[in-house]
Amino acid sequence: MDKKEWPLWEIFIRSKSGLSHKHAGSLHAADAEMAIEHARDVYTRRNEGVSIWVVKSSEVIASDPEDEYMFESAKTKIYRHPTFYDIPEEVGHM
Amino acid sequence: MKQSLINYIFQLADNKLILGQRLSEWCGHAPELEIDIALTNIALDLIGQSRNLYSYAAELEGKGRTEDDMAYLRDCEAYRNVLLAEQPNEDFAYTIARQFFFDVYNHLFHKELVNSKDEQLAAIAEKSLKEINYHIRFSSEWVIRLGDGTEVSHAKMQTAVDDLWDYIGEMTTMNETDRLMLAEGVGVDLNKIRTAYFHKVKEILAEATLNIPEEEPFQKGGKDGLHSEHLGHLLTELQWMQRAYPGAQW
Repeated sequence: MDKKEWPLWEIFIRSKSGLSHKHAGSLHAADAEMAIEHARDVYTRRNEGVSIWVVKSSEVIASDPEDEYMFESAKTKIYRHPTFYDIPEEVGHM
Repeated sequence: MKQSLINYIFQLADNKLILGQRLSEWCGHAPELEIDIALTNIALDLIGQSRNLYSYAAELEGKGRTEDDMAYLRDCEAYRNVLLAEQPNEDFAYTIARQFFFDVYNHLFHKELVNSKDEQLAAIAEKSLKEINYHIRFSSEWVIRLGDGTEVSHAKMQTAVDDLWDYIGEMTTMNETDRLMLAEGVGVDLNKIRTAYFHKVKEILAEATLNIPEEEPFQKGGKDGLHSEHLGHLLTELQWMQRAYPGAQW
């Protein structure tokens, strides 16, 4: 039997209001609405979310993992981490 | 009165347990992983709802039986589910058609049951309704997608609708228990929801570009314990463990 695969969808879940949507995984669905329903069943059945975004995987534009210059220059710039400042003790945990 | 209430609770609970058991047969066999999870989720919802009802029936009866005794140790003729619920899965189209026909009824029924004079039933209905609201969306959307889908999915969906049509009238047909419970202010007036039921069913079938069968659905009996041969096979699988190893736990 000729069986066409459903398209793949990337699923983003917002765990509670105020937080941003986070990538949860991907799944197959016939269309966008069904992708939301499947995402509801697969990723929120333990009360993990208050909002779902679905994006067709084919619409995602990704960086090239082979592109050696993409992240290379940031590797040596450890001073960009905010760990070089002295924080007064009164400030407490940041 | 008490026995009628218990019978009434069995009518509600058995629909859910039997349909839940049918849906759970898809576990590991559904056409897609995502559908596998969706169908078993609905199965779990229904079985969970039946547990609340069986516990309540056991408590009313007061003979020391438990929800497990109700589910695992009754025979066919003691079951009060509608014939639709016990019909076999056949294929995905049948499963969706059966679910859709049931969900439309279940939704309308629970929207009324929340007003029951029996506070326990009203509370269970309120809780169940939250799940049923989703079930009806799931099954309606699938009826539309399969009916208004490819040539093959349309043909399969039409066959399922035509074959199951005969069984859908029973849900909104009053039997003696329904009448008694309605008179007590406990039960739902099925005549009241019958019009809305067929209206909704026809609306979705039309949207799905499916033909609406013209004959009056005539099959009934399940609510009075007269079942098709399918129920015995289903119960064999459901009850085997408790029958073979009475009281077994894990």
